[in-house]
Amino acid sequence: MSWTALLALAAGAYVLKAVGPVLVGNRQLPADVTQALELLSVPLVAALVAVRTLDGGGKLVLDARVPALAVAAVLVWRKAPFPVVLIAAAATAALLRL
Amino acid sequence: MNAPERRDITRRALAIGAATGIYGISFGVLSVAAGLSPAQTCAMSLLVFTGASQFATVGVIAAGGSAAAALAPALLLAARNGVYGLSLVPVLRGRLASRALQAQLVIDESTAMARAQDPAAAHHAFLATGLSVFLFWNLGTLAGAIAGSGLGDPRRLGLDAMFPAAFLALLAPQLRRPGAPVAAIAGALLATALVPFTQVGVPILFSAFGVIPGLIVLRRAQVVA
Repeated sequence: MSWTALLALAAGAYVLKAVGPVLVGNRQLPADVTQALELLSVPLVAALVAVRTLDGGGKLVLDARVPALAVAAVLVWRKAPFPVVLIAAAATAALLRL
Repeated sequence: MNAPERRDITRRALAIGAATGIYGISFGVLSVAAGLSPAQTCAMSLLVFTGASQFATVGVIAAGGSAAAALAPALLLAARNGVYGLSLVPVLRGRLASRALQAQLVIDESTAMARAQDPAAAHHAFLATGLSVFLFWNLGTLAGAIAGSGLGDPRRLGLDAMFPAAFLALLAPQLRRPGAPVAAIAGALLATALVPFTQVGVPILFSAFGVIPGLIVLRRAQVVA
């Protein structure tokens, strides 16, 4: 990979990240736009949960991540500390894969 | 935000960062195996700093593709950061230079952490998570690029299962808002349905449309109230 291509990728990735914080920035947005933006992260984070659980390289798979997520869900519901949720999920998946 | 709250957020940020660091190691290993120099590998983690795009790039190059062929899918993957950036506009205020610097930290983890907090704590959560992931991701990359293929598959340790668990824990507190459960279900279904048909990252991007049924429910709740 050439340095030019690498820098082009970095520039493109940065411009995408900066659209909101730099271009929209401090402008006061209408209340309903703010409301929509605040709700916007909900489907995105929910999608991250689903995709990180079910994506097996471009196809849907049910593997050890599913029971691991179920364990995590119970712990989140019981208000377990965050690191406990992460470690329990990893331990569940690792044990099932032995 | 009081001091214990602040400490709790910082602790979560470090936990997420450490988990990401393990993936940084595997990125470093894969990138060098694909033929990038260690310097290029580290530069990519510092400057591109969005994991999925970086894995996609070295994946295409390792499969024999050109850097140009890698650019389009990598940027498509990075497009979701644009949506994250928009959702963070209410959190990221301040001077232009400071916003421009913080924009580099707009990624999955920092967005999810910021949005899981009360407005008063959101900025601390964003910054702590962004910096923690930045630090560990780059240290991991450096270690992986130097050490080569010493480390096994992170999946054997169940580390891949940590990420959906982390995102679920961050999603839960957001679900109390009216419209949020509908938006979450719509987003998750939309993304899942797209996984078999699109490149990595595209399903997340399109899940943003899940906000529409959420807003409909939210408006209706406000009319009733």
